Amino acid sequence: MSSKAKSRPATSPVVFSGNGLRDGRVAWMGTEGRWEPRLGAVTPFAPEAAAEGLALAQQGERQQRVVGVYAVELGADGLPLKFRERLRLGGPSIDAEAA
Amino acid sequence: MNATVIPPFARTYRYDAIDREFLAERIAEFRGQVARRLAGDLTEDEFKPLRLMNGLYLQLHAYMLRVAIPYGVLNAPQLRQLAMIARRWDRGFGHFTTRQNIQFNWTKLEDVPEMLEALAEVDMHAIQTSGNCIRNVTTDEYAGASPDEVVDPRVYAEILRQWSTLHPEFTWLPRKFKFAITGSPSDRVASLVHDIGVAAKRNAEGEVGFEIHVGGGLGRTPLIGRRLYDFVPEAEFLGRMEAILRVYNALGERDNIYKARIKILVRDLGEEFRALVDAEYDRMPQQAYRLDPEIVAAIAAHFAPPPFARLEDRPLPQDPAFAAWARASVRPHKQPGYASVTISLKPIGGIPGDASASQMEAVADLAERHSFGEIRVSHVQNLVLPHVRQEDLHALWQGLAAHGLATPNIGLISDIIACPGMDYCALATARSIPVAQRISERFADLDRQHDIGECFINISGCINACGHHHVAHIGILGVDKRGEEVYQVTLGGSATNDAAIGELIGPAFGYDDIVDAIETIIRTHIAHRAPGERFVDTYRRIGAAPFKEALYAVA
Ligand code: SF4
Repeated sequence: MSSKAKSRPATSPVVFSGNGLRDGRVAWMGTEGRWEPRLGAVTPFAPEAAAEGLALAQQGERQQRVVGVYAVELGADGLPLKFRERLRLGGPSIDAEAA
Repeated sequence: MNATVIPPFARTYRYDAIDREFLAERIAEFRGQVARRLAGDLTEDEFKPLRLMNGLYLQLHAYMLRVAIPYGVLNAPQLRQLAMIARRWDRGFGHFTTRQNIQFNWTKLEDVPEMLEALAEVDMHAIQTSGNCIRNVTTDEYAGASPDEVVDPRVYAEILRQWSTLHPEFTWLPRKFKFAITGSPSDRVASLVHDIGVAAKRNAEGEVGFEIHVGGGLGRTPLIGRRLYDFVPEAEFLGRMEAILRVYNALGERDNIYKARIKILVRDLGEEFRALVDAEYDRMPQQAYRLDPEIVAAIAAHFAPPPFARLEDRPLPQDPAFAAWARASVRPHKQPGYASVTISLKPIGGIPGDASASQMEAVADLAERHSFGEIRVSHVQNLVLPHVRQEDLHALWQGLAAHGLATPNIGLISDIIACPGMDYCALATARSIPVAQRISERFADLDRQHDIGECFINISGCINACGHHHVAHIGILGVDKRGEEVYQVTLGGSATNDAAIGELIGPAFGYDDIVDAIETIIRTHIAHRAPGERFVDTYRRIGAAPFKEALYAVA
């Protein structure tokens, strides 16, 4: 599988992320099962529902919508815990190319 | 196909009908693969190796297309076409890399076949810019121009390119494979930290031969290459390369990616590696690999000197701003009355190696006006106009300045190599670009930069070391420490004839502290330097202790 599914069980709310197959752009998926360009547009899964979420996210891969899906844990502020994911959320931290 | 008019004296290799037909077939094949992927007939696991073979990566925010610039040599229409691609299918920028290639960071999968067609119109492609194959051969950006050159390395870089492109045996090596080749005694290509570093030279009879180093490399296990041969005669060049690659292909580690580069094999086998290569060469049908002088001559014809005018060297104008730029950017040329000009892609606070579409077009125009239509990409992520009349330098400077391309910082502390880091790269552990921007802002004052003198800062966003941090005078490596970006500093590296891996100075610095740490290192150098010493000279003379003390002394 191309999914980078994590083996460690989630302890925080999770959303799923991947890149759009056609355009490569960052996409987010929550309980609604839709892939959205904005994290704010999706509802996180509770930690115990992460496995169910992953199955839904992998459907997005099979339907040629997204590539390389994986779980992203969110902090209390609703933003990703990991710095890398916060960068993916906001785009490059350098502004010259953020057209 | 568009009828592109290539400047008649730009010395890029010209494709023939067979080359063009091959590229057209290859693009048609990839167009079909993309269509099948989008239709769901190929899974990502099936498609990924196919897209990588065509230079297409998936990065953090988008696909990235890496385009090969063979040995960093471009003609003006090619650079203009890259500008067109940047504007039409990307965000109006391209990023020049330490492998003398260009990357487009905002590519869409569905656009790639058209982008490849646009590249093919100017004899370019993205093949072998990824994957475990022989990558773009890099060479001296002053090839054919430098006064110290004894052999034109472009000729042999092109021979290596032809030999290695789609080489059936070497498409699936244990790991990627990088050549660098110089034709000058002064190594400007970092040959000692390549899988194979080639120094073309001449013997007492004037015959061309090659000193070969093998097993250099950066990344997780940085190693300086070992000398394998002192003088491989020209006729044996390809045969010996073939033998080295065969031994590596057969014995290189395939199960552990961290041990898969040839450097590990060479390190572990020691002298036995040479014996194995010699044995392989001895049993090969050597005549089949013999490099025929006629073939060499035919390729050399592509790189014949342009029609230089008979000129004399002349004093440069006194205008102080021009003089400051010329001091950093203008280099002597082998032809009297000419000079080579390095164009800084490192504006203060800018992104190292980035050029906008309009800057690329401006450089293409200036190259046509002043440099026989030829441009080079340097592994330091700058551009070079190799053959400029000295009498044109002032006009060229004005033309560059009008497009923000006249930053007079070549070889100075703000001429920083930085990989894309976590702003783009999916493998990154920390950001590189904003660190480079902040350092160049801190040292923006040009008088101060000149006072500091030659100093190379290189930054990588992970241990893969695309930013060559190990061989910088001051190397910076961004790593992840419990979710925070921190930066390790190495001092005393060198990428030239005295190649050395920098030494880790101590615990890493946080993102907010790294610029101050660099400032402290430079102040320590200034306090201890002897007259005329560069940073690296001072470091080698006094050692790490004063720098450690300044950086880590408890206040
Ligand atoms: S050094 Fe690491 S972060 Fe930088 S470009 Fe290479 S792989 Fe990416």
